[in-house]
Amino acid sequence: MQKATTKRQRIALWTLISPTLFWLTVFFAIPLLVILFYSFLKRGTYGGLVYEFTLNNYVRFFDSLYIKIFLRSFRIAAITTLLSLLVGYPVAYWMATRPARWRNTLLLLMMLPFWTNFLVRTYAWIVLFSRKGIINAALVHAGLIDKPLSLLFNERAVIVGLVYGWVVQMILPCYASILGFDFSLVEAAKDLYANDLKAFTKIILPLTMPGIVAGSILVFIPSLGAYVTPDLLGGGKTAMIGNLISQQFGSANDWPFGSAISMVLMVLMMIGTVVYFRIAVSGDKTSTGKGG
Amino acid sequence: MVTPSLHTGSRALLKKIGNFTLSGYAILFFLFLYVPIIILIVFSFNDSKSVFVWQGFTLKWYARVFQDARLLLALRNTLIISVASTVISTIFGTMISVAMERWDFRLKLPFDALLFLPIVIPDISMGVMLLAFFGLIGMAQGLGTVVIAHVAFNISFVAVIVRARMASLDPRLEEAAQDLGANEWQTFWRVIFPLLLPGIMGGALTAFTLSMDDYVITFFTSGNESLLSLYIYSLVKTGVKPNINALSSLMILVSMGLVLLSLILQRKGGGDNVGLM
Repeated sequence: MQKATTKRQRIALWTLISPTLFWLTVFFAIPLLVILFYSFLKRGTYGGLVYEFTLNNYVRFFDSLYIKIFLRSFRIAAITTLLSLLVGYPVAYWMATRPARWRNTLLLLMMLPFWTNFLVRTYAWIVLFSRKGIINAALVHAGLIDKPLSLLFNERAVIVGLVYGWVVQMILPCYASILGFDFSLVEAAKDLYANDLKAFTKIILPLTMPGIVAGSILVFIPSLGAYVTPDLLGGGKTAMIGNLISQQFGSANDWPFGSAISMVLMVLMMIGTVVYFRIAVSGDKTSTGKGG
Repeated sequence: MVTPSLHTGSRALLKKIGNFTLSGYAILFFLFLYVPIIILIVFSFNDSKSVFVWQGFTLKWYARVFQDARLLLALRNTLIISVASTVISTIFGTMISVAMERWDFRLKLPFDALLFLPIVIPDISMGVMLLAFFGLIGMAQGLGTVVIAHVAFNISFVAVIVRARMASLDPRLEEAAQDLGANEWQTFWRVIFPLLLPGIMGGALTAFTLSMDDYVITFFTSGNESLLSLYIYSLVKTGVKPNINALSSLMILVSMGLVLLSLILQRKGGGDNVGLM
């Protein structure tokens, strides 16, 4: 990559950059600063904003009600991530160890549902889970249960919906790191340990860790910020951070508090992303060691 | 010499069983991915109001979808927004990709961060941010504000895809073109642009899909406009109905068609599947 040295090059550079720079500054960076600003304001008696500085919105998190929603969101996001790993890693392993001519087809098969409208995919679970849904109808019909089970509107349904929504983001990076894994190391290990489980936990797992970490962050981030899934599959009782924010900008009409929650959520996401890049970079370093 | 060969024999058998189990598991996983969608599609042809008992084949739910005036209006508005935001974000995103992959400059790192942030930030935060911003500057919410919001997140996705393509180009091609007397303008349009095209198309299709699908950011920036994702959401909130199944099936068909098209376009240029990540 070169430096833009001549005047002509500098003009070209800024011409190419300025439309995006303008758009993202005005319609992204400034709105971000607006809610940062709002998060330090007071709410008026009937909603609205009072231009007085306060830290109260950030202190309010520690109310037991909000702490509960935060903890629930973290729990749901963590369980979703763990389940995605348990469900997804073996699939990634299987795909990466298939013959090369199959792999692209398998990847395509996996991505097709992932690129289908998220609302529609969430709705599909309502069709399956609702009281008069497919699963209940089948179970009643088979005589296994008398009255329908309540499968919908609980934490379990939210977790199923989130795993279904994001597991592909776990599989892709795991698949990539297993694909780059040198299986002659396993042969060498087996000659020494003669145990599949040990070869897996001591060689394969540590060396594909960058993929696991990347996948975990790619699942954890959207799960933590989820809005649609808890709203549709969780009902009112399993609200997550996203629903709390939406409520502050809607019915609760407390924009300063909503802004503060939103800022905290964004900062958490950014920390996650920085960790992701740290690990992605160190992952690159270990993979260059293999030379190939 | 008998024992070791027996040993390797049982090892091979174990490996085979393991492989078999893993394959079975993988097939189950693919069923998990597809069964909900397939059930949705199958029941969209079900001739029964109570959705869950099969009572014969019908196309009447599809007919109803196409007779729904509110839906058709929502679809029209959504298409306007998706096309507009795709065109704008693809042009801007391609321009910045060329600049970022070609030159080093002092403010590059902050630009990189600004370009990447809209991908990382949760939809809900971006939605309320823009709601607050449009309210503050007194901009009336409508199709215009939705297009602005969609461009703001789509530029970043287009840029990720086009930059990957740009980074994979051989810089010597450009040098060769200039050695042969092409100026920078000609070099771009005759050499770089055709090579970038698969990435640009992939980026555009990704942007179009994201724009069509978005619910959260659209909800906070659309005022009272009637839009497809908002309409589907309001239907889904009311429960399961066969016409939603039909509408959903149509959307599945369109999404899958778009992904296949995007893949074909990206393959054509020998690119990787980065557009799908």
